[in-house]
Amino acid sequence: MTEIPTDVEEPQGVQAESAVDASRRATDVPDEFGTRQRARPNAGHSVASWLRWAWYSLTSMRTALVLLFLLALAAVPGSVLPQRGGTDSFKVVQFYRSHPTLAPWLDHLGFFGVYGSAWFSAVYLLLFISLAGCVLPRSRRHLASMRNRPPAAPRNISRLPLSASWSTDADVDTALQQAHDFLRSKRFRVDRTSSTVNAEKGYLRETGNVVFHLSLLVVLIGIAVTSFFSFSGTALVTEHAGFTDTAIDYDSLTHGPLVDVAKLPPFSFSLNSFEATYQRGGSANGDAATFNANISWQPNLESAPRERDISVNHPLGTQGTNVYLTGHGYAPHFVVRDGAGRTYDEVTPFLPQQGTFQYQGVVKLPDAKPSQLGISGFFMPTLSADPVTHQPISIFPAADNPAVVIGVFSGDLGLDSGVPQSVYTLDTSKLKLVTSVVMKPGDTITLANGMGTITFAGYDQWAAFQINHDPGKQVVLAAVSAMVLGLVVSLGIRRRRMWVRATADGAGRTLVEVGGLTRTDASGGFDDEFARHVGALQAGSEPAAEHEED
Amino acid sequence: MPVDVGLAKLSNDLINAGIVAYSLGFLGFAIDAAFGNHAAPDDAAPARAIKVAVTGLVAPRVPAMAGAPVVPAHLDEPGPADPAGSADPAGSAGFTGRVTVESGAEAVVSSSVMSSAAVPAAPGGGPTTPASMNAHGGANSSSGSVQADGGWLERSVGRLAIGFTIIGWLLEAGSITSRGLAVHRLPWGNMYEFTLALTFASVTAFLVILIRQPVRYLGVFVMAPVVLALGLAVLVLYVAPAPLMPALHSYWLAIHVTAAIIASGVFMVGTAATMMFLVADRYAVAIAAGKPVRFAALGRMMPRPDTLDRTAYRAFAFAFPIWTFAVIAGAIWAEYAWGHYWQWDPKETWAFITWIVYAAYLHARATAGWRGRNAAYVAMFGFATIIFNFFIVNIFISGMHSYAGV
Repeated sequence: MTEIPTDVEEPQGVQAESAVDASRRATDVPDEFGTRQRARPNAGHSVASWLRWAWYSLTSMRTALVLLFLLALAAVPGSVLPQRGGTDSFKVVQFYRSHPTLAPWLDHLGFFGVYGSAWFSAVYLLLFISLAGCVLPRSRRHLASMRNRPPAAPRNISRLPLSASWSTDADVDTALQQAHDFLRSKRFRVDRTSSTVNAEKGYLRETGNVVFHLSLLVVLIGIAVTSFFSFSGTALVTEHAGFTDTAIDYDSLTHGPLVDVAKLPPFSFSLNSFEATYQRGGSANGDAATFNANISWQPNLESAPRERDISVNHPLGTQGTNVYLTGHGYAPHFVVRDGAGRTYDEVTPFLPQQGTFQYQGVVKLPDAKPSQLGISGFFMPTLSADPVTHQPISIFPAADNPAVVIGVFSGDLGLDSGVPQSVYTLDTSKLKLVTSVVMKPGDTITLANGMGTITFAGYDQWAAFQINHDPGKQVVLAAVSAMVLGLVVSLGIRRRRMWVRATADGAGRTLVEVGGLTRTDASGGFDDEFARHVGALQAGSEPAAEHEED
Repeated sequence: MPVDVGLAKLSNDLINAGIVAYSLGFLGFAIDAAFGNHAAPDDAAPARAIKVAVTGLVAPRVPAMAGAPVVPAHLDEPGPADPAGSADPAGSAGFTGRVTVESGAEAVVSSSVMSSAAVPAAPGGGPTTPASMNAHGGANSSSGSVQADGGWLERSVGRLAIGFTIIGWLLEAGSITSRGLAVHRLPWGNMYEFTLALTFASVTAFLVILIRQPVRYLGVFVMAPVVLALGLAVLVLYVAPAPLMPALHSYWLAIHVTAAIIASGVFMVGTAATMMFLVADRYAVAIAAGKPVRFAALGRMMPRPDTLDRTAYRAFAFAFPIWTFAVIAGAIWAEYAWGHYWQWDPKETWAFITWIVYAAYLHARATAGWRGRNAAYVAMFGFATIIFNFFIVNIFISGMHSYAGV
């Protein structure tokens, strides 16, 4: 229907007309050298003609351009506003708090989930339909043009953008045969008629162009596969603990509609140890330098466990599923002996607090006697005192001087109310603060009123893993690889045509005319190439170079 | 490994010296552009004579290649589509390689035939013209550009400018290398280092184009942003050399960021050519319509619009696949590092927007009604998105790329 981006830059004026004539005559289809315009149907035309018009409009280059601009525009708000489902989804809540009137409206219009919103999808789906409507017929035409003969020579070769002529003693047939052989040797596709040689080269350009655009469609297919068949979840695993790839072992799990959650790949692993190193000193003091998780894993329950490391940029891959290391923290180990003499051995992950080197968490002991106990506080890997407030703070993320700063609460934890609670926060409304204390590993405190003792026994580390399964990504990877290849070919190669006409001048000599046509845009100099070919043709046509006056 | 303080200091000294050299280069290009062309006695005179140097044309080369005597080829008058067909090349001397011709002012204005109009004619159908060559249209005009051909001083200024630019380029190369050696990694881990690499890529692209085409005037438009960006880098963005965080410990850093740097650098040169195109085109249109040229008078010193347009297109067509590759390499890296190849992180979103806009530019060039100025505006907008991504997104919008270290 219309052209795909091929930077057709037709030389203006007569030569364009002749070339297009030539190509039409020869191939009967408008190829990349020509464009077609479609008029809007007049009133009174049938529905079918209106539909046809709508289809042509949708698949026109102008519409594609407008849709490209729209897509760029539609992508902007998602980069400025917080988005749900990403790493910063908590910011949506913050945004709601700071813009209480605006936020619900934006939410309603899909601005907190731009890339899944109806309007964003509409733009790219229309673009892809436009693309398909353009590229599919064009691929067919390109296939046809590769089978067809090169276009016939224009009537007036001297009016082409590049042309040359000379006289030779060779007869018409010899001159043409020589031109034919020469151009063929230069890997032109050559067609000889009684008076001309028509040659064309650079079909790969359009091939690259078509491959690029078809690959875009395949990318869309890959994305569709992803959305139907992928799953993605997170799991927090402390040292010496394990993970099995079943739905209940995930902290969170999202999956496509066609994923059978009961049949996840049956691998499992346990975290042997975790190691992190940090920058010391300088402007990057405290920034992580390396993360490494040592695990033992099994592809399935029957196989023997094997050991390996997972680090950032080095995920574990098994059965199309990847396990990534995405975070880490500390899990303090408390041993609580309650008033009834019962012992609770709790290793509880504490979560890193943004912008600090401390980790926050709670321990809940609903079964403790005589009353329920709750511990809320911070793990300080490197305990120090704030120089101004003298409050305990952590000054480094490595466990150089580990301590916990905790408050111990007794009373009703609120777990029996039936309202779901976060395991990382303590509802203190029905609790009474028993004591606040800073403890080093090995320290034990005794609680008043015979409520028992608490020992800070030490700590483990934990690692956060992301587990992804995405069968669409191979499709996407293959498609984008083809895309780059097609792009390089289509922008790097130019299509060029050459025509040679030989005519007897009636005085026993032969006039040879050579013409060349290409797009003016593509890189590389066709003028140089043309000049070389002309030089060689001329030299070949008359080795005993006695040149005619012009 | 600890940072090598001595090398880090050397890197800083080298870039400071490099900025001085670049500034001198910029100054030279500016002087060259402003005064180099004053062969024209009066810019208001419509038919002033300007000197045109055409290098590397098709026609003069042909005989040499054919092994025939070196004689200026006869060139037919430009066809009816060529408004400058009236340019009278009489009285000119022809040389192979470099040809200096007196030409009518229309040649500057016409959008497609400078080179053909400027090609010398063999005197009256000379006796041994081996081939007659037409060179209509823009097909062969890549090399046809208006250049100063004034006195010794003007030529020297232009050469000095190139010389200073090359010196600055070498100093910057030294600065980047020593910084890399100081921190034992590729030195593009933060905005300061990225700016150095980006400007280095731009100047490299400019120098490479300079080898192939006489586009010295591009120097003003390339060196100005380069000097500005480097000044900004040294004064505002500078961070002391430091190792990278674990997320950046990957050979994909080399692949992804290097591709992004090369593409951005070449986009920048293409943008410079586009800016010149817009001015030169306005000038050409104003002259053709007999309207006052006002600020577009700058265009008088520039190559013809279609030459600039083509230079710009070639830069964009070269950079676009590299940018595509950079985005894809980033996605592959993200797949390894974050577990998802595409997460609409602000930075990748803007990289995508840039990609879309340049794709629109390539489409616009092939769409009737969008060629020329409109396509050029799209290209300018494309670079604006790169700038936005680099400054606004890096500094004001947090995302998963936020470790870039402002």
